[in-house]
Amino acid sequence: MFHLYASVKMKVAGFCLLLLLLIGGFVSSIVFGQTPMSFATAMQAFLHYDETLVEHVIVLTERLPRAVIASFVGASLAVAGALMQALTRNPLASPSTFGINAGAVFFIVIAIVVFSVSSLIQLTWIAFVGAAISAVIVYSLGSMGKDGLTPIKIVLAGTAITALFVSFTQGILVLNETGLQDVMFWLAGSISGRTLDMLIPVLPYMAVAGVMSLFMGRAINLLITGDDIAKGMGQNTVLVKCMMGIVIVLLAGSSVAVVGAVGFIGLVVPHISRAFVGNDYRLLIPFSAVAGAVLLLFADVVARFLIMPSEVPIGVMTALIGGPFFVYIARKGVTKI
Amino acid sequence: MRQHITIRNKNDSISIQFETKSLLVIIALFFLSLLAVIAGTSLGNTIIPPLEVVQSMLKIGSGEHDFVIQTLRLPRVLVALLVGAALAVSGAILQGIIRNPLASPDIIGITGGASVAAVAFVTLLAGTVSISFMPLAAIVGAMIVSIIIYLLAWKNGVSPIRLVLVGIGISAIMSAGTTFMLVMSPYFAAGKAYIWLSGSVYGSTWEDVYLILPVTAVVIPLVVILARNLNLQEFGDEVATGLGAAVQRQRLLLLALSVVLAGVAVSIGGAIGFVGLIAPHIARKLVGRPFGSLVVVSALIGSLLVFVADWIGRTAFYPLDIPAGIFTAGVGAPFFLYLLFKNRNQL
Repeated sequence: MFHLYASVKMKVAGFCLLLLLLIGGFVSSIVFGQTPMSFATAMQAFLHYDETLVEHVIVLTERLPRAVIASFVGASLAVAGALMQALTRNPLASPSTFGINAGAVFFIVIAIVVFSVSSLIQLTWIAFVGAAISAVIVYSLGSMGKDGLTPIKIVLAGTAITALFVSFTQGILVLNETGLQDVMFWLAGSISGRTLDMLIPVLPYMAVAGVMSLFMGRAINLLITGDDIAKGMGQNTVLVKCMMGIVIVLLAGSSVAVVGAVGFIGLVVPHISRAFVGNDYRLLIPFSAVAGAVLLLFADVVARFLIMPSEVPIGVMTALIGGPFFVYIARKGVTKI
Repeated sequence: MRQHITIRNKNDSISIQFETKSLLVIIALFFLSLLAVIAGTSLGNTIIPPLEVVQSMLKIGSGEHDFVIQTLRLPRVLVALLVGAALAVSGAILQGIIRNPLASPDIIGITGGASVAAVAFVTLLAGTVSISFMPLAAIVGAMIVSIIIYLLAWKNGVSPIRLVLVGIGISAIMSAGTTFMLVMSPYFAAGKAYIWLSGSVYGSTWEDVYLILPVTAVVIPLVVILARNLNLQEFGDEVATGLGAAVQRQRLLLLALSVVLAGVAVSIGGAIGFVGLIAPHIARKLVGRPFGSLVVVSALIGSLLVFVADWIGRTAFYPLDIPAGIFTAGVGAPFFLYLLFKNRNQL
């Protein structure tokens, strides 16, 4: 799709731009919102915290957690998407198209409603199970038949699995007489009102999976040349694929556990990143991670302003960005990458 | 016994052929639907004897249960049947035209367009325009979105795979749009919102029946009359053109009717998923491929599907009312996966 090695200038420019955007996104996430505040006030809140000032409280208890969660979740989803696109050689692959988000949400909702699980650590593991089950079902359905893994089969299987889990989730939430807000939270995702306490239990998994993914670049570069070539070069392709699967499940599952189903980040970001750094996964993975954080930060800031005083669920924002992108790739032709 | 029964007018401009076997299936299903109306009205939280139901419908009863029957249950049952029929016929047309067993108005994104338009109508025009225009808004929305999908899928012709993929992308945008409107609008109580999130005939009134009945009563017979065109198209575009059929024009007309049916169904019951997918498949198992009887049988099967889903939804967890769309998706999604498995070598 993109040439394997982009020019060095492009890579350097891309990384510089990205870092600037990350800083910009993080600052705007803290400064902009229903209570506008100056950059100086925000700095004051960090340096000389005064709990009698409303602005300071807002910065530390609302804006900061939000920015941090958006960064980590955006990065995780983007890396998960990049790995999935390599693993399935399908440019349309991402945690949401695979039904992984919907599966994890369904299991979490079951655990909370039916088994009254409330420990965040347990919920995280339940999210991993849900994510893994969806991933395995969709991957096996997608690889049946004489042509093996084709993009259309994966997308269709993912769509059906998503429809199934979403309707089950709704059914359980209706039975439990929860309000529309709760339903929206899990189905459309949200990063407002989340505290850092919710991120901390999943952070170790995100970190481990993130670091693992950084070291997998070389192996993935070899894998995407084709199974036969990779095996011929002495790679244990089954091991590499399993490792990728584990990393994907950890990243996507822990993201869902914190923010609910936020789609399309994992689809869009790797494609944009490829335009800057080419298809070299040693660079693509870190670049996608930062780009994912940037995209979710800005999507979240925009979501606060569209229908003030209420907020657009972040999953709606990302779907509005990602849906057209999906159509664009589908039109361009889903050749194997 | 004759193999076929043919209905023709003098100059053959209308010609419908039913196989005798199919006709028996249709009659059986028709009686099943009648039974459903009576059973659905009589069973519920308070069980009303069927005889009283019939008496109340004919307005000769004691009037004791008239409120429950006339105001609560009967319109709901009728709406369920009509919505199911509309969705099923819409799906049957799409599967016939796209020649893809996985096609249905919800997967292609048509119902998504209708949902957005209907929700936008309520949110943006609430109070200023009569609510009876909502089906029109939904139909227009479905039309616009279908045209967009068709154009986006066009690239030296429309391949079924590209159409489905583009449809999935557009569906995602549309469902985000629907959620957006629901969050933004103060007009939706949670109960009504579920109609748009998963499809439900909860709280249907006679007004709803009068909105959907005329459209289905006109469009479905029209589709049956046009059925012979689609039978001809099964031989392929070249053969059909060679035999004098205006293939593209007929196809466009049938597609438009499919969109109208999907739009009106969604405006009343929301996007009740997978009915348009399953019903034509069951119908094909019963009566085979001739499109005329296929449409009629699909309509009846679709009616019964939505009726049963809604009936379970309102009785199984009483006093809670589970949206019918949850049950149809629970059955429909695994069925879709089965179809995917069956067609695994063609995709």
